[in-house]
Amino acid sequence: MADAQPVISCRGVWKLYGKTPESYLAGVSDTPSFEDIRRAGYIAAARDVTLDIAAGEMLVIMGLSGSGKSTLVRCLSRLVEVTSGTVTVEEQDIGALDENGLIELRRNKMGMVFQNFALLPNRTVLENVAYPLEMRGQDRHDRRARALDVIKLVGLEGREDYFPRELSGGQQQRVGIARSLAIEPDIWFLDEPFSALDPLIRREMQDEFLRLQDMLGKTIVFITHDFDEALRLADRIAIMKDGAIEQVDTPDRIVLDPATDYVAKFIEDIDKAHVVHAGHLAGPVKGAAPRGDPVAATATIHDIARRLVEDKRARLPVADTSGKLVGVLKRQDALDVLFGEQP
Amino acid sequence: MTDAAIPAPAIATPQRDQRIGQMIVVAAVLLAAAKVALPDGLIRPPDWFVLPFADWINWTFAFLKDDLGLIYLTRAFADGVEWLIDITANLLYGKNRWPRIGPIPWTVIAVTAGVVGYALGGWRLALLSGGTFVWIAVMGQWEWAMETMSVIVVAVPLAVALGLVMGLLAWRYPRFEAVLNPVLNIAQSLPHFAYMIPVVVFIGLGPKAGAIVTIIFATPPMIRMTVLGLKKVPPEVIESGQMCGSTRWQLLRHARVPTARTEILVGVNQVIMQSLAMVVLASFIGMPGLGEKLLQLLQALRMGRSIEIGITIVLLAITLDRCSKAWAYRQPVHFERGTPWWVRNKLLLIWLALIAVAFTLAAFIPEAHEIKRRQAFTLSKQFDAGVDWMLVLLDPITLALRSFLIVWILVPLQNAYQWLPFAAVLTFLAGIGWMIGGARSALVCLAYAGLIAMSGWWDRAMITAYMITFAVIISMMIGLPLGVWASRSEGRAKIALLICDTAQTFPSFIYLIPVVMLFGVNDVAAIGAVIVFGMVPMCRYTIEGLRGVPPELIEAADMSGATRRQKLWTVKLPLALPTIMVGINQTVMFSLFMVIIAAFIGTRDLGQEMQRALSATDVGKGLVLGLCVAFMGLMVDHLAMRWSADRKKALGID
Ligand SMILES: Nc1ncnc2c1ncn2[C@@H]1O[C@H](COP(=O)(O)OP(=O)(O)OP(=O)(O)O)[C@@H](O)[C@H]1O
Ligand SMILES: [Mg+2]
Repeated sequence: MADAQPVISCRGVWKLYGKTPESYLAGVSDTPSFEDIRRAGYIAAARDVTLDIAAGEMLVIMGLSGSGKSTLVRCLSRLVEVTSGTVTVEEQDIGALDENGLIELRRNKMGMVFQNFALLPNRTVLENVAYPLEMRGQDRHDRRARALDVIKLVGLEGREDYFPRELSGGQQQRVGIARSLAIEPDIWFLDEPFSALDPLIRREMQDEFLRLQDMLGKTIVFITHDFDEALRLADRIAIMKDGAIEQVDTPDRIVLDPATDYVAKFIEDIDKAHVVHAGHLAGPVKGAAPRGDPVAATATIHDIARRLVEDKRARLPVADTSGKLVGVLKRQDALDVLFGEQP
Repeated sequence: MTDAAIPAPAIATPQRDQRIGQMIVVAAVLLAAAKVALPDGLIRPPDWFVLPFADWINWTFAFLKDDLGLIYLTRAFADGVEWLIDITANLLYGKNRWPRIGPIPWTVIAVTAGVVGYALGGWRLALLSGGTFVWIAVMGQWEWAMETMSVIVVAVPLAVALGLVMGLLAWRYPRFEAVLNPVLNIAQSLPHFAYMIPVVVFIGLGPKAGAIVTIIFATPPMIRMTVLGLKKVPPEVIESGQMCGSTRWQLLRHARVPTARTEILVGVNQVIMQSLAMVVLASFIGMPGLGEKLLQLLQALRMGRSIEIGITIVLLAITLDRCSKAWAYRQPVHFERGTPWWVRNKLLLIWLALIAVAFTLAAFIPEAHEIKRRQAFTLSKQFDAGVDWMLVLLDPITLALRSFLIVWILVPLQNAYQWLPFAAVLTFLAGIGWMIGGARSALVCLAYAGLIAMSGWWDRAMITAYMITFAVIISMMIGLPLGVWASRSEGRAKIALLICDTAQTFPSFIYLIPVVMLFGVNDVAAIGAVIVFGMVPMCRYTIEGLRGVPPELIEAADMSGATRRQKLWTVKLPLALPTIMVGINQTVMFSLFMVIIAAFIGTRDLGQEMQRALSATDVGKGLVLGLCVAFMGLMVDHLAMRWSADRKKALGID
């Protein structure tokens, strides 16, 4: 995934809440732990976060409540000022942007769906959705047409003239989604965007975002508490604890090779067979490849469970979508994953 | 996780403060007991202690007015305001000024009021607001009422605009807010009359002075509500605006102000109510209209007529309050798609049709245009008869009550207050302050009381203090049980709160009518007015406090087998006490305002001096007296709020 230039890159980003966090942070010599910071009377919401996000990547951030997910995203969009560190977006240090530069960046590049919807209470659904277009100075007819399109997309047809107060929680959330869909930004921050949706609409929305990312190459940072959702969407998953990123990696590697005890605990209850792909588990082709039907590299271990049990060979060939041999899967490894035993 | 970040409060200090405070109070009592042995300088504020604040203020005002030429500025502003008032006066009651097209027929105005009422609150409000104007016209008070309205119509938008701008500035620049806050605190506890004297100096008498004093008086709550509303806007709404690339101005216009709409409109409601109260009182500085008539009639003891005007003012107050509140709490509602324009604008069309009818009627029937005073209907005979009949019945009681109060309570209490050596009073207040809020509160109390002593009005202030003490105690003795009784059932509480709310919208002047009726023009009547006025917040906060007790605590008490009385004493009252304290605080504030207003029916306290300062347009004296009153209020406010906040924290409720 890692392309030449990351779209967003942050280096040593700290965000502390409290009285005078800058001077506190400047005063401590080495990197203070979460506890140190708390004892000093500050709350650490982001601790020394270094992260690159590639163009067209979907990065999913997970972590317990209060672990700093929303804060990190706010740092990336400069809705809050970082205490120290830099965030660059398309090779531009956003901390150095002046107000107009920031406004331009947000009008042209970024979009966000908020955890608490954040709809303007005095505007109808239509006007809320058209708001970012209005800020961009689009003319009334265009923005109305565009807004109606996306409202239809999120399934709120016929409610264009409702006020937020007159909608259910899930409907309000969909207005928030529609508002950010309206401008199809290149960089998308989605803070638990589907938390209030029912499973059916949630799935539709996920498909919609996958489609957009696939077709238009959007870069998406996505926060969720739902591991299944993360697996469906993520290119990489970042797991946060107490403001720091514990591990950021592909789903396969996170479940197979958790970097810390915390991550291991976090993924304890996950059925690994649903996560790990055959292609990931396979080793390189050494010497003569086993003959016979190959398994697809993109299939999860769960997908090929029947074969693993019935096929008695010790080593299985793995092929990519074009049929080319890419590796060899040890059946025992795959069975270990399937039955949840430590390899 | 984050709880531990907050340092734990030190538990021990309050108890130590208590003990120190008690010791100081004991010292105060000893001082008083040893009065005979005290030097004169500790009994009354000695001459060297009294500073000529009034002269300084007069000097400053003279400097501002003449040397700096501020008077030209204020006069120019006043002329602008007068020009506006002339327009509304011409439209509303046909004053012979530009644009000379008025007066608008009363039927048109009544219909308009009815439609506005309907739009804001349905049939009941339509009936109330339309009915109010019909009543005014039919009772032949149209011109007076319109004189009053013509000023309100000008003063309210100006005060709202001024308040909004100042509020925005205060919200934007914290430093400005830091300066503004104490000024607002004092401004909101200065009695009405203190505002009038500088206005008379700078502007003169008459409607424009009335309008300007109204604007000044009504602006502070608007500033407060604007800042409150802007601060309450959820950060995510702002952030969503930012992510859409809004500029600062767009954020303010599209996100902040609309989201703060309710608070801002509640501010407008307060401006309107304060304006009405002030316009009525401005009759003291030559403002014509309902207030002036009421003042004359009350002084002439013409009760029937007074009651008529009183009803008008009350109706106006309720109408204005209900309409503006309905506006504030109204939420936008959408129309179904494809609703044709005449349905969307149904009310507008109905209104146009109705006023067309009204104009036509007025063109042919003179009574539909204007009801002359001679043609008017009056109930004053009936009212007078009723009042006479009641007085015959009640006179023995009120007479007895009056003489009992004067001989046995008021005079002894006043003598006692005046007997107290001032050093003992100061010490006592410092002790109370220390008990409630430690050394800092003790200093605050000393500073306020010390300034009053230094003003040279100590004796008068003690008279005011004695009246307030007595009135507040009686208000509590009536208001508290009333509140407890009313909070017993949901329905009763609702009705009682509605009555309290309504009573609070009445301009304070109105409260004088019934007491003058019962007791005549004297100081018992004045105290009666203060008690009635002060009872309202007492009752209201008692109900709110008792009803705010968490239901699970009451259930726990129920399960422990507590009787109703036990529940009241062991659970409800202790938990409601912080809220009740806020009520007591308001009662004191209201009483202070009322005591000063009631001065013109005979008291010998600060209020009487204030009246004198007003007739002599003595700014210095007026402001010093006003500040004395404000300081008393602020001192009580500081103590009550501090106590209430500490108590709430200790009880863990918020
Ligand atoms: N404005 C603020 N002032 C002070 N502390 C804050 C502020 N915003 C966030 N915090 C603190 O920062 C920490 C991280 O908060 P954040 O909102 O980023 O959590 P989160 O991971 O998004 O949680 P959730 O899953 O509940 O949304 C929390 O401990 C929170 O209390
Ligand atoms: Mg969050």
